[in-house]
Amino acid sequence: MSAGIRELTAAGAIGRIEAGELSPGDLRDAYAQAPDELGAYLERLSEGGEPAAGELRGLPVAVKDIFCTEGVPTTAGSKILEGYRPPYTATAVQRLADAGANVLGKTNMDEFAMGSSNENSAYGPVRNPWDIGRVPGGSSGGSAAAVAGRLAPAAIGTDTGGSIRQPASLCGIVGLKPTYGAISRYGMIAFASSLDQCGPLTRDVTDAALLLRAMQGADTCDSTCVGIEAGVELPSREDLKGLRIGVASDFSHQVEGVEPGVADVFERSLEMIRELGAEVGECELPHAEHGISAYYVLAPAEASANLARYDGVRYGLRADGDGELVAMYERTRAAGFGPEVKRRIMLGTYALSSGYYDAYYGRAQRVRTKIAEDFTTAFEGFDLIATPTSPSVAFELGARTKDPLAMYLSDYFTVPMSLAGIPAISIPAGLAEPPGGGPQLPVGLQLTSPAFTESSLLDAAHALERAVAFDGRPPTLGEEA
Amino acid sequence: MAEWEAVIGLEIHVQLRTRTKMFCGCELSFGDDPNVHTCAICLAHPGVLPTVNEQAVQYGLQIGLALGCEIAPRSIFHRKNYFYPDNPKAYQISQYDIPLARSGSLADVRIHRVHLEEDAAKLIHVGESGRIHGSGASLVDFNRGGTPLVEIVTEPDLREPSRAREWLQLLRSTIKAIGASDVNMEEGSLRCDANISLRPAGSDELGTKTELKNMNSFRFIERGIAAEIERQRDVLESGGVVSQDTLHFDPRDGTLTSLRSKEYAHDYRYFPEPDLVPLAPTEEMLARAREALPELPAERRERYRSELDLPEKQATQLAFAAGLGSYYEEALATADGASAKAIANWVTGDLVARLRDAGEDDCDPASSKVTPGAIASLAGLAESRAVSNNAAREVLSALVAEGGDPAEIVEREGLGQMEDSGELDEIVDRALEAEPDAAQKVRDGNMKAVGPLVGFVMRETKGRADGGEVTRLIREKLGR
Repeated sequence: MSAGIRELTAAGAIGRIEAGELSPGDLRDAYAQAPDELGAYLERLSEGGEPAAGELRGLPVAVKDIFCTEGVPTTAGSKILEGYRPPYTATAVQRLADAGANVLGKTNMDEFAMGSSNENSAYGPVRNPWDIGRVPGGSSGGSAAAVAGRLAPAAIGTDTGGSIRQPASLCGIVGLKPTYGAISRYGMIAFASSLDQCGPLTRDVTDAALLLRAMQGADTCDSTCVGIEAGVELPSREDLKGLRIGVASDFSHQVEGVEPGVADVFERSLEMIRELGAEVGECELPHAEHGISAYYVLAPAEASANLARYDGVRYGLRADGDGELVAMYERTRAAGFGPEVKRRIMLGTYALSSGYYDAYYGRAQRVRTKIAEDFTTAFEGFDLIATPTSPSVAFELGARTKDPLAMYLSDYFTVPMSLAGIPAISIPAGLAEPPGGGPQLPVGLQLTSPAFTESSLLDAAHALERAVAFDGRPPTLGEEA
Repeated sequence: MAEWEAVIGLEIHVQLRTRTKMFCGCELSFGDDPNVHTCAICLAHPGVLPTVNEQAVQYGLQIGLALGCEIAPRSIFHRKNYFYPDNPKAYQISQYDIPLARSGSLADVRIHRVHLEEDAAKLIHVGESGRIHGSGASLVDFNRGGTPLVEIVTEPDLREPSRAREWLQLLRSTIKAIGASDVNMEEGSLRCDANISLRPAGSDELGTKTELKNMNSFRFIERGIAAEIERQRDVLESGGVVSQDTLHFDPRDGTLTSLRSKEYAHDYRYFPEPDLVPLAPTEEMLARAREALPELPAERRERYRSELDLPEKQATQLAFAAGLGSYYEEALATADGASAKAIANWVTGDLVARLRDAGEDDCDPASSKVTPGAIASLAGLAESRAVSNNAAREVLSALVAEGGDPAEIVEREGLGQMEDSGELDEIVDRALEAEPDAAQKVRDGNMKAVGPLVGFVMRETKGRADGGEVTRLIREKLGR
């Protein structure tokens, strides 16, 4: 009965439901009953409820555990929120439900979205369906693994410096970080408020457009959210004729440790882009290489304030302070936060301290402005800019946990777009052998475009996706489910 | 011994009278059961975001404009970080380097800045000390948390504790006139801190200042500042140095206690609030704020001087004192024949003096038994000479004691001016007979001699006769 159901894209499944060939209940059951051997979910919901009539009618969606869901445990991957049940639902999740989708479950993630491997979750790691000895990327690792591993037809995640795009790349799926301000952040547990943005993780570009269309739009609960005024068109483009695609060689080749396999796939992708009729040229992003440095000042600074509310007073974990307020604060936070979160809170607190503000936060903000200006200038000559999504394919569990700086470099290519607030999408571009050998692993290509031009970005990604014809089914899954 | 000059600046927090809180939709309240006006946002649940209360911005703009400030084209909200149970986000959303308004003045005190922020929740410490340290337990009531506040910071332009009090009363009247707040010190909708330093008289440099926190009545402000000035003078005159400190004034015994402790030692790590966009008031918002401004005390004083021709001191008194101006305005509105000047004289003169004698601290006539209509009608009776001045003062005494209508009191007490000119005529004739010497002197042109004649008439009429009329009659009869 369920043969092939889990191979359907979101659009494909919705089409079957519309045609009366598949019931929303059967679709949901096919996923709900599949065993989660990847550790992708923290919570799977038993009921989907009666789907609303809408463009996503009957579509089950996996939701990163960073989104508040009324009455459903929401932890952001942290011990400090163990057992916390929010009194309200995030706007993005509500909009999906309003369009007919239902929540399959809450997916695992790096604690408070801080990490690039999902190993910072307080609830254990997530495994990459392409090689269960490897990480799925992060921080939306559970969402990416669920979609790639056929545990959800589509998922949503959040991206602060690459947390949708990098795991999408490592798991061989599509991940879109929309323009900052396209989707409401209300109900999305904050990591770095000026960078956080919700987005879809899907099997293909059309699905990403569908989910974006359902979620985007101004929200009275989020004054930084204006929505995509022109709306979102479903992609249809089959070539790239007339488009100018920029490649910033200085930026793309600067970083040490772009794996040869990744570089090869990237070069092949550029060749394909040319074959599709686009003009590929050299563009300059002179400040982009400083993105990581600026990001690791700004994001921790905002995080140090955003995470200060977890104090044991009103909800979540509370440690005994032996009658002393400060002791209660300190013990609660010492017990509730993991090492990476503590590291970033300390970094951010330091960067904002009196006497250091200008040297760190102030300077990082100036770098951020420069990077945004770089993109503005580059887009005068190019419609899109292409980079690899991640310098590496999926790495082995534990490989980078002892080396935070190596982990931070995972976001080298994705952070500049976050700092500039512009949309960026990662699509699977091919497979490459990891350094040291082993089965081939997915490599993502990142395309970015000016703010609020998601429709044309998706259109170009769609054309390239067709040409790449990537087989997104991890070989470890065996026979079709 | 050196003469010292006190330098005083005030920092005022005003709770705005909006329907809902600064950043969420919870209703404001005072005196309701604890924690009934709360939501995910003001309890700082994960994932919530603030949205700015538009009415609070309007009130902020009105206050800024009323204080003659420049309104920032784009002001920025900041996060002020500190851990405390009354602060659920562990940061207060406030404004820092670009406030809503700055560089204004009210009377002779310059305004440094006016900004918007949110109030903290209320902590109730269970136990004897009443402070968090040493208390058995602390309870938090989040009803107040997130109430819109306007913070007003003055330049250090005040020199005297009494002037600080008067100026604060003017500020209160101004905000009250706008309708932006209840400005009630007892309920905490108006709170004032004072920064105080001393310097040798004539010096331009500023001494080390201390901050006096949260004085909750006008009287305590004056007394607290005076006490701190005295303390600093003692320190300086005994050769010591004033150290920067935050102090609490206890009005019960007049003592000052240092609040310097872990609770107050902070690096607030201000940074721009990324959840809010810059506040850029549109032309339309500014126009609306300007239009909504009522006549403010300073403008009212100008009008009293130029249009009603009141002397400056009286115009100031009426326009600037809380309540007095609106009382006067009401009296003017009900006046039937009495001149503005006459009413002003009665209000600022006899009425205020009587109320002060009766022990009313802020001399607010609106809370007395004398209605504005009564004072206007009394002024009219006196001005038209329907009652003599002496009789009018007696009427006022009756009004202060039990209220009522002046005309009725005049009638009841028989205080009316003698209207029967025949009767007065006859009494004047008797005076001329009784005081022949004086009469002769007046006849000879010595007008000073009229005194005994008038005195006779007044005695006979028990003061009901009008002095001017009596003099006129005497002169008529004696051919002068």
